[in-house]
Amino acid sequence: MLAESLVVAGMIFVVGTLGVIVRRNVIIMFLCIELQLNAVNLTFVAFSRYVGIEGQVFVFFVIAVAAAEAAVGLAIIISIFRHYETVDVSNFNLLKW
Amino acid sequence: MQAAGLGESTAAWEPVLPWLIILLPLLGFAINGALALSAARKSADAVRAGGEFDFFENGRPRTHSLPTWVGPGVMLLAFLLTLVNFAGMLGADLHEPVVLSYWSWISTGELEVAAAIQLDQLSMIMMLIITGVGLLIHVFSVGYMRDDPGYPRYFAYLNLFIFFMLVLVMGASYPIMFIGWEGVGLCSYLLIGFWFSDEAKASAGKKAFIVNRIGDLGFLLAIFLLYLVFQRVDFVGIFGDAESVFEYGGSVITWVTLFLLMAATGKSAQIPLYVWLPDAMAGPTPVSALIHAATMVTAGVYLVARSSVLFALAPLSSAMVAGIGVLTALFAATIALKQNDIKKVLAYSTISQLGYMFLGVGVGAYTAGIFHLMTHAFFKALLFLGAGAVIHSMHHALHHTKKDWDAQDMRNMGGLKAYMPYTWITMWLATVAIAGIWPFAGFFSKDGIIWMTGAMAGAEQAPYAGLYTVYWILALATAMLTAFYMTRLMVMTFHGENRTGSREAEHLHEAPRIMWIPLAVLAVLSVFGGWINVSTDLRESILGGFGLLPMGEWLHGWLEPVTEAAHLIQETNLGEIAHAAPIFGGGEWVWGLISFVAASAVVLATLRLLGSRKVTVAVDDAEPTGLARFLYNKWYVDEFYHRWVVDPILTTSRVLWRVVDTTIIDGTVHLVGNGTRALGWVVSLFQTGQVNTYAFILTVGVLVILSMVAF
Amino acid sequence: MAEILFFIFAAVAVGAAVGVVVSRSPVASLLFMVTTLASTAGIFVLLEAHFLAALQIMVYAGAIMVLFLFVIMLLNLGHEYQRDIRGNVAVIMGFAVTGLMGGLLVRQLGGGTAGLETNLGPGDAIDAALLEYGAVGAIARPLFTDYVVPFELTGILLLVAIVGALVLAKKAS
Repeated sequence: MLAESLVVAGMIFVVGTLGVIVRRNVIIMFLCIELQLNAVNLTFVAFSRYVGIEGQVFVFFVIAVAAAEAAVGLAIIISIFRHYETVDVSNFNLLKW
Repeated sequence: MQAAGLGESTAAWEPVLPWLIILLPLLGFAINGALALSAARKSADAVRAGGEFDFFENGRPRTHSLPTWVGPGVMLLAFLLTLVNFAGMLGADLHEPVVLSYWSWISTGELEVAAAIQLDQLSMIMMLIITGVGLLIHVFSVGYMRDDPGYPRYFAYLNLFIFFMLVLVMGASYPIMFIGWEGVGLCSYLLIGFWFSDEAKASAGKKAFIVNRIGDLGFLLAIFLLYLVFQRVDFVGIFGDAESVFEYGGSVITWVTLFLLMAATGKSAQIPLYVWLPDAMAGPTPVSALIHAATMVTAGVYLVARSSVLFALAPLSSAMVAGIGVLTALFAATIALKQNDIKKVLAYSTISQLGYMFLGVGVGAYTAGIFHLMTHAFFKALLFLGAGAVIHSMHHALHHTKKDWDAQDMRNMGGLKAYMPYTWITMWLATVAIAGIWPFAGFFSKDGIIWMTGAMAGAEQAPYAGLYTVYWILALATAMLTAFYMTRLMVMTFHGENRTGSREAEHLHEAPRIMWIPLAVLAVLSVFGGWINVSTDLRESILGGFGLLPMGEWLHGWLEPVTEAAHLIQETNLGEIAHAAPIFGGGEWVWGLISFVAASAVVLATLRLLGSRKVTVAVDDAEPTGLARFLYNKWYVDEFYHRWVVDPILTTSRVLWRVVDTTIIDGTVHLVGNGTRALGWVVSLFQTGQVNTYAFILTVGVLVILSMVAF
Repeated sequence: MAEILFFIFAAVAVGAAVGVVVSRSPVASLLFMVTTLASTAGIFVLLEAHFLAALQIMVYAGAIMVLFLFVIMLLNLGHEYQRDIRGNVAVIMGFAVTGLMGGLLVRQLGGGTAGLETNLGPGDAIDAALLEYGAVGAIARPLFTDYVVPFELTGILLLVAIVGALVLAKKAS
């Protein structure tokens, strides 16, 4: 079942990547990043059957980090939204020199 | 402090505080330097405040009292300490040099250089000359520099010079010697440009520094080569192994010695690097006496004598040393014939006498070379100091009436013997000494060199015997030229009518006591200094009063431990030296007598010829013509160098600057810079500020890495 | 049975993931996301990572997604249905790049694990650990022995994240 799990994880990851690239809604971009993280979690779990329990321990940490990231990221989104009154990233163009 | 194992002396002699001899002048430098700095600061403060710092207080420069005691004081202590050590060494039967190693200076890989000093007969003689003559010149300077605002700075430089000179002669390895070598060069530069506000004098200092640099390159190359061969650079180690390592006349030893010769020609002002010395006369006259006559310029001779073992193994280099020496001697003497500046005459005379020393060490007569170095230090220092006294007096006289004549031009002098009797007498003693009149110092030392050249030409298996014969003839001829131009100097300066002008002449005066006492001491040394090394042949002839002259070959015996290795090599390879002149035959005393008579004849003839001739003062004097003009312009060597060395270098530099540097190198740099900037501009287009774009580019990067992993 | 379940879960997970990307409504996206997470949790169970499956449902699908929902609600985005896809060029390039990457990933992950399939030693060890300590104990043992320091650091990280989020989201007074 390893190969199949990995293929599924790859597909989810690619879909998440596509979402980050094409969507402009910052919340949905964020969700797509979570999708990517989830895909990675799946690979960890799949490999843990064959490599060791550490894979699962790592997934535990990834979830914790994802929680922290969500909290901070969403706080940032809120404060940006307060400023621009929008969640469309094409309005956030200060991220350059 | 411990004696290094290798150089440990077998005789029970402990040097007395030898490090203090070196450090005393350094201490003097520190004190005088601090005073000079504080005076400069006060002066700068005063100028900034809109005024002018008054160096003179109650008619006496206020910066003077301490340097007056410190400068000559440390020299006196150093000289006394040297004397104590000399006495100790006299008592001990010393056959190996005493090497005192203080700490490890360089320790890297195979190279070990200790901060070590070496005391042996050769360095002891040099130390005596340096501290002794140095002391006298310091004392003289107290009078000569009295009115100069840079008084403490002057003594700081002078003390620093003595320090480096002592490092040079006491160093126990080539790198230590090189420190001293560079240090004296620095002090020479500082003192030539002592009156740096005069641009010509400042450039004279630069010229000396740059020309010396060429020689220093040779020194460094020689050290590198020696290190390559021996893996060590200390004297004891190199000279001990030299014979077994080098083949007689082999190419490596020839290169090493040629590089050392290059260094020596730079420092000792020999062809082709002599041009800086005449310009070095821009410095204060006591400096010319100390640095550019008595001590520093003899460093090259010392270098060759110190490396005598190496030079003895390289007959070609030795022949070149001798050849350069004799050519320089003759060449400089011809220039000296027609110079009018009193210091220029003495400068060329110095170059000429240094040529004699090179001839001496070049023909393997290391003792004779060092002997001439010593006697020359006496009479040339005396001549320079005398000239200093004359200039001092002339300067005062001309200054009184604000006459803008050249105080150094002999055409403006004449008849000074009435005003300056002591200077006149002492300078005459030095003149007959340098002219080679028996029984003054110069006769014995110069005759020794000339005779050894002739003897070398007649050695059993001498290479280049014909060449040595030529050297011998040239050396004899130069001795006559020396007698002529020195007498000319004396006649133009002291004899005949006074040409300074009647109003000025009233202010001409004898030098103060503090200036003529050193002259008197040096005069005594110039008269009797030659008696310490009278060869047995001479001593038992009429010239030695049939054995009456004391001391005999004392110096020869004294230096024997240092030079015997070189002499042995020479004897093995060249055979016995001759006991008759190469042409016409005749022993040493015969030729000594001939040269004495000839030199005396030249002196007397010159006195008669020039004494009655009228000299026109400088402002009215016509340009010389013909050969005289050629000599007056110093064979146009400076012009030649300018045309063929300086200008090509300048042109090349300009091409390198304009074309290579500005166009090619800068162009490349700018191209790279602009290219990078253009690339940056292109790449900055990707930086839209849109997160999606960044995510896209990131993904492309991941894709690239993935492809690299996959394929 | 397990295989069939796996393919169902897999299909739902991938399909819902596509749904996340294509939904106009953030709320719909979010619900698709929850579906994906739940399906993935199912796959976790099939891979015998029972504790993680529970964690996925409770923490991920439960807590984090609810956090997202709160934010959507807070920003009042629930009824914004306007199109927020990038321009055509960006979409084509995005498809091209992600398509290439997907192809590569599937190609590599689908065929490159033959060596691992046979090495079932750790799998047996995990089975043994599950039998002996139970689903929680099996993962808790390494977590509280070998990885105790990272674990504590994670706690600190969460604390920092909470403080950071508070500071960022606080209204400027």
